[in-house]
Amino acid sequence: MGNLILFLILAVIAIGSAIMMLFSRNAVHSALWLILNFATIAVFYIILNAPFLAMVQITVYAGAIMVLFLFVIMLLGTEQGSGVLATRRGQLWTAAGLGLVVLGSIGTALVRIGGSSVQAAAADTSPRVLAMILFENFTFPFEVTGILLLVAVVGLYVMSKQLRKG
Amino acid sequence: MAVTIEWYIALSTILFTLGALGVLLRRNAIIIFMSVELMLNSANLLLVAFAHHLGDATGQVLVFFVMTVAAAEVAVGLALIVAIFQSKKSIDIGDVNLLRG
Repeated sequence: MGNLILFLILAVIAIGSAIMMLFSRNAVHSALWLILNFATIAVFYIILNAPFLAMVQITVYAGAIMVLFLFVIMLLGTEQGSGVLATRRGQLWTAAGLGLVVLGSIGTALVRIGGSSVQAAAADTSPRVLAMILFENFTFPFEVTGILLLVAVVGLYVMSKQLRKG
Repeated sequence: MAVTIEWYIALSTILFTLGALGVLLRRNAIIIFMSVELMLNSANLLLVAFAHHLGDATGQVLVFFVMTVAAAEVAVGLALIVAIFQSKKSIDIGDVNLLRG
């Protein structure tokens, strides 16, 4: 699964960019930090023997989705958003609880590091093999996904018509 | 020292928690959406890591479905944010309280 030093460097970049995304006051900066995070995850995909997914990650996530985000941020002109912290006490407590959960799971993972985690032989992950799995085992979910996209398109059309009217 | 699956579990957990913190702590609706994307990505990373760990490419196919749903969700969500902005002139989620009793 790759070199530990390379993993640690990439992990620091990924976590650091995620933290910067969280605490940037300017929404455009947040989006740019998130693009860096997505690019780092694409490098992880290459390390993990998933080159096709890495390319999809770059084009779909870092490309299409983040351009959509930047477009909406700049369209609305809301770069300088409201305050960083939510004021609800319940949300702060939930956040603290999540912090404890992450500490626990990292602790569990670290305890198990160096244990007997046997790694299987590397699988063939060429686009051809992925397509065979997708269309042989996941035909119905694939079609459901198509319907989901269709519903999203129709919903967006209806919503934009109402926006123009109102 | 080789990188085992546990390192990826730890990294993925950290990224997921950062995304959840963003949803809970930020008030800008667009940044909340970006945090949701971060959580989806951490789940994707773990799926790919386990696909590699188990030597089975099925996990990578699941990532495609997650990406498709994420793309649809972003398109609809950003359209909703634009609609909210047109009526409220703000995307601060504290201002969206029409359904509060």
